[in-house]
Parts: sequence; C-alpha cells; structure tokens
Amino acid sequence: MLTHPDELRVRIWRGDAGGGEMAAYRAPRLPNQTVLDVVTWIQRHQAPDLSYRFSCRVGMCGSCAMTVNGAPRWTCRTHVKEVARNRRDGQLELAPLRNLPVVKDLVCDMADFFRKWRQAEGRFRGGRGRFDAVSAVTAADPHRAAADAAIECINCAVCYAACDVVAWNPGYLGPAALNRAWTLVNDARDTAQSRRLRAIADAGGGCQHCHSQHHCAQYCPVQLSPAHSIAGLKRRVGRAVLRGEL
Amino acid sequence: MLSPRLFIAQRVTALLLAPFVLGHLAGIICAVHGGLDAAEILARTRGNPWLAAFYQLFVVLAAFHAAIGVRVICAEFSRGRLREIHLDIIATGVGLTLLCMGGFAVVAVVV
Ligand code: SF4
Ligand code: SF4
Ligand code: FES
Repeated sequence: MLTHPDELRVRIWRGDAGGGEMAAYRAPRLPNQTVLDVVTWIQRHQAPDLSYRFSCRVGMCGSCAMTVNGAPRWTCRTHVKEVARNRRDGQLELAPLRNLPVVKDLVCDMADFFRKWRQAEGRFRGGRGRFDAVSAVTAADPHRAAADAAIECINCAVCYAACDVVAWNPGYLGPAALNRAWTLVNDARDTAQSRRLRAIADAGGGCQHCHSQHHCAQYCPVQLSPAHSIAGLKRRVGRAVLRGEL
Repeated sequence: MLSPRLFIAQRVTALLLAPFVLGHLAGIICAVHGGLDAAEILARTRGNPWLAAFYQLFVVLAAFHAAIGVRVICAEFSRGRLREIHLDIIATGVGLTLLCMGGFAVVAVVV
C-alpha cells in the first residue's frame, strides 16, 4: 500500500475482553502532532466508536497511556515523529497497555493497578490532628530527599505495563505501588510503618520479587526510577528480616 | 511465592558464595599452572580436612542458593499456576540432589 508523504498509516487494536484485532486507518501527517492528536482525529473522522482515555493533554493526569509501536508511552506528550522513526515504515501502531485487562479498544481496566496501591499501604496515615503542632521536616532531611525523588508519579501505569515481573506473577504489587510505598516509608509523619512493612514484603507479591532490570525506570514518562525506590524497600525488608521483625 | 526470609537467605548465600567461587577458581588456576595431572592433584587433596570443610560448605551454600533460585524461576515460568506446595517440592528436590551430588564429589576428592 503506497502512502502519501502527508499521510500517516495507523494500525489500532480494536476489540474488547473477548478478543480483537488490528484495524487500519489513515490520518493526515502534521508537524508537531502527538500520538493522542492522531487518535482523536481518527475518532472524529473515521471511527466514532473508537474508545480511548485522556483528560489533561499536558502530561499531568496520567490517563492517556497506550502501547505505541510496541512500547508503553503517555500519548499526549509523545510526538509522532519521535516514535514513528523507530519503525522502518515510519508508521504508527497502537494497542492498549500490557498487563491490564482490556475493557474496549485502547481502554484498560485500571482496577487491579489501583487495588495494588492500597494493598501496598500506599495511603498516608497521619497521627496528628489540626490542633497539634506541624511536624518539622526539613528539605535537607535525607528521608525527605528520598521521598522527593519518587513523589511526582502521575499514576499512568506505564511502568506497570513495562514490567516483566508483573506479566509473570499476577500477584506482584508492581513498580508504581511500591514506588508510592517508598515515599511513605520515608515519611516521618506516617504512623502505619509496621503494617506497610508487612505489605511491601508480602510473600506473594512484595518488593523482593523485583528483578531490578529497570524497565520501569526506562519507560517512566516523568523520569522516576521505581527500581531505585524498590531497591530501598528491599534494603528495608532485609534489615527487618535480620532483626527478626518479619 | 518468595517469602522475605527465602529472599534474604538467597542474598546471604550469594554473598557467602562469592569467596568460595574465587577460592575454587584460584585453586584450579594454581593446579593447572603447576602442571599437575589428576593423580597428583588427588594425592594433594586426599586426607586434607580443610579442603573437605571448604568444599562441603561450598556445596551446602550452593544447594540452598540454587534451590531458592529454581523455585523463583519455576513460579515465574508457570505464571503463578504452580502452587506453593509444588514449588516447595521442586526446590527441595533440587536442593537435595545438589547436596547429594556435591557430597559425593567431595568424598571422591578428599577421602
Ligand atoms: S526493575 Fe523491578 S519493578 Fe522495575 S520493571 Fe524491572 S522487575 Fe519491574
Ligand atoms: S512511576 Fe512513572 S511510569 Fe509508573 S505510574 Fe508513576 S509516573 Fe507512571
Ligand atoms: S492526557 Fe493527561 S497525561 Fe496524557
């Protein structure tokens, strides 16, 4: 099939939980267009029943992630010319994120992903009320610095889709939930540390299952390194085992 | 699938195995450079209690380390389909096999 130089050939996975297949579309090739722009154009002009998610379009909300030419990416801030280069034919292939059940077309069911955040005790549990003094945490505190390095997660599940251990062990908590737990392990104000320690060392899916191959860090669109956070959790779990706390 | 204790057991055995591997390699290189043949090597190893202790400990550590590693590999390859009890049986089998094979090898070289 010949393609006009101003035309982009796009293949999009269409289907639902029961199965599906790639469907071919064509879209205009424009300067500086993002992958999300292309999906939106196709939905508006060719496939009104195409399902996909997005919200902010500026890399804040984390809802637009898809598999783009084989790799998980945030589509609102991925330029077509950046990714199409990776393929010999310069075209686009879009599929839902890996490791999550498909709802329809490019939309995944995120329930498992967020259930694991709760399972990893990813919720802050403070002990002070509004009439208590504010905890003094300085920016120079090393624990604060460790939490800072991991805190800017936008919950996009790109790392979760990139992680082979999630694919092999469905119980594994995954890089995002463990990265979140690491920020709280370093939070001096949190009062649920022993509960959290048991959660992150869970025999079915705790941090010790990570292979440290850094796919999560390679693909995280906001350049976090969940692998680095998980290494910190492993040290924490190691100390607890040696002290007989686990 | 991998309890925190098994995880630490594997890390600790890995740490302890490193000097054993280096010692073993150094021994082989010395023997080869010395131009010793099998009979001459055996003449030096037979009846040496230090060597027996070194290799027996090496075997025990390797058996534990490998058994835990194979347990994880089986769990991941089966994508969670193998149950804990199956994994335990496989790991125990691997560990005992290595322990026996290693033990026989130590006896053959030292006794
Ligand atoms: S480093 Fe760990 S969490 Fe990150 S992708 Fe690899 S196995 Fe998954
Ligand atoms: S750690 Fe990075 S890739 Fe993973 S959910 Fe957060 S922002 Fe997305
Ligand atoms: S649409 Fe919000 S991050 Fe892409």
